[in-house]
Amino acid sequence: MSDPVTGIITPVRLEYTYTPGVAASRFLKRIASKEIVGQKCPRCAKVYVPPRGSCPKCGVPTEEEVTVADSGTVTTFCIVNIPFAGSVPVPYVSAHILLDGSDIPLVGLLQEVAAEDVRMGMRVKAVWVPDEELAPTLLSIKYFTPTGEPDVPIEKIMEYRDA
Amino acid sequence: MAEETEALSALHVLEYNYTRSVGPVIGRFLTGLRDGELLGIKSSSGKVIFPPVEYDPETAETLIEFAPVGPAGVVTTWAWVSQPRAKHPLQKPFAFALIKPDGADTAILHAVDAGSEEAMKTGMRVRPRWRKERVGFITDIECFEPEP
Amino acid sequence: MRDVAVVSFVQAPSVRRDPARNEVEILMPVVSAALEQSGIPLRDIGFTVSGSCDYLAGQPFAFVMGLDAIGAWPPIEESHVEMDGAWALYEAWIRLQEGDIDSALIYCFGKSSMGELPEVMSMQLDPYYLTPLWPDAISMAALQARAMLDFGSHDEREMASVAARSRRDAASNPNAHLSGDFDVDVLLKEPYLVSPLRKHDCPPISDGAAAIVLVAGDKAREICERPAWIRGIDHRVEAHQLGSRDLTVSSSTALAAEQAGGRGGAFDVVELHAPFTHQELILLDALSLSNGARVNPSGGALGANPMMAAGLIRIGEAAQRIMDGSAARALAHATSGPCLQQNLVCVLEGE
Repeated sequence: MSDPVTGIITPVRLEYTYTPGVAASRFLKRIASKEIVGQKCPRCAKVYVPPRGSCPKCGVPTEEEVTVADSGTVTTFCIVNIPFAGSVPVPYVSAHILLDGSDIPLVGLLQEVAAEDVRMGMRVKAVWVPDEELAPTLLSIKYFTPTGEPDVPIEKIMEYRDA
Repeated sequence: MAEETEALSALHVLEYNYTRSVGPVIGRFLTGLRDGELLGIKSSSGKVIFPPVEYDPETAETLIEFAPVGPAGVVTTWAWVSQPRAKHPLQKPFAFALIKPDGADTAILHAVDAGSEEAMKTGMRVRPRWRKERVGFITDIECFEPEP
Repeated sequence: MRDVAVVSFVQAPSVRRDPARNEVEILMPVVSAALEQSGIPLRDIGFTVSGSCDYLAGQPFAFVMGLDAIGAWPPIEESHVEMDGAWALYEAWIRLQEGDIDSALIYCFGKSSMGELPEVMSMQLDPYYLTPLWPDAISMAALQARAMLDFGSHDEREMASVAARSRRDAASNPNAHLSGDFDVDVLLKEPYLVSPLRKHDCPPISDGAAAIVLVAGDKAREICERPAWIRGIDHRVEAHQLGSRDLTVSSSTALAAEQAGGRGGAFDVVELHAPFTHQELILLDALSLSNGARVNPSGGALGANPMMAAGLIRIGEAAQRIMDGSAARALAHATSGPCLQQNLVCVLEGE
């Protein structure tokens, strides 16, 4: 008799037809025309990007749409040193970017800048894929890159630093 | 405006392999399957539980005494699957059934290849159809089939 | 035992597939309406607990996003069960027994339409002996139905009668989506889906959500003219392997009903969470009710079966009939796991 069985591998594969919801669908459609649309909370006036149809703080529906800029400020970031299948070459920087006109940072990839040069408060802007490749997906933004503008003082982004 | 309000949808695939440790009881059962035998486990009251469990379902006592069962046995209940799903063990009409091997007091869920619904009957005798390449997995039994 | 009552209940109208809204968008109006009905703002709710299943969304920690629907800021005392909302209500009831808080919000949601539901349900099974064979939810229920039919306690005509009555009742329930007038003889001529189950024996796939507010003591009387008092609640579980259980009876339901003070009792309304027709018959046997209670006037899970919400909706439907004065005493039941593995019974009364 050979070795006893000590472990098994159980494969799982499930397919879903996923719906992002009404608010996120509208957001993604506008992305395809290089427009970033958030939603404003009727109670606390915060602008959420991407919008989810609700204010998570107030628990009320958000309907008013607000177009925000495709440039913003790095509120925090990390330097990734572990590559995975399909990732850009390491080290690379993944950052929280507070788009101008919004109140919640968006996660974005930073490129065309050395990892050691990235700073909290750094000003960045979106680099979009060529027009013919624009689609209703966040992949329409290739990455963010520094604008060269002066940094935003840290006090001004304190509220969003840990968001 | 209709296009604006219509929601998007996309295919989302959730797929991964879980690597599971099986422990001494399920491990022994799976080793048995690989070697072509069915093993149950004796409960505190002397019943043979099949497939084996680590603890007595009635008293919660740790169970350790294995007992060979079957491999042939009887169908205690069954469901006729006329349109198998891609994940099902057989890709032609078959029955899911509870099968109590000779010498066991509880039943295992598995597939029965009987050819047609008319050939299925509660109480019918079936035996395992072993897969040729066995690895220590529940599908080492390809399915059960009617005893000739 | 501290007196606790249902003071508000709201559900989203169940649909076969909500094509546009995500879970938060479905849930939000339900939670807002339940809170409004109770008159208690979220910041004054003592405890919030939800029930949902991440595998329905195909996303780990999907339940955390559900919190976006209620506005959990500043941070609230909150919990979650990977179970039907009925078990969330049980946790809330236990929490209220501690006596330091007076109110609890329970909500649950299930967008069952996104995945292949019968396969998603296989993920709740033992991963060593069962899941690799992918026994789908309908096949497993069919094993139980055959065992019951072979035992001889009920027949296919009784099963079809449950379907006909449920779908007829669902027609007057605006929150159900599978209804109609069906003739039992005609139903019995239909082909089997997974023999011995026909299509009419099986529940629809539904997207939905529900919320309940529980309030303790006199505060409930201030809020609600006729609070639905929880006089007993209990849940019991059986062995997971179907081959170790007697599938023709529901011993866990009998025990839970005994503990909740409902077994053998007289009720005006009974709401049973029986997704398959034969399960209603098995549950009624286990409950041994003493009078001809009205069973599932809502149409039950055969009229709408939003996963993770259909059980809480049974408690809500029963409570609603006490709150609106059409019933004085009601029994609600919820189930979880394959073939009625786990069962919860809740006895509700008016003043």
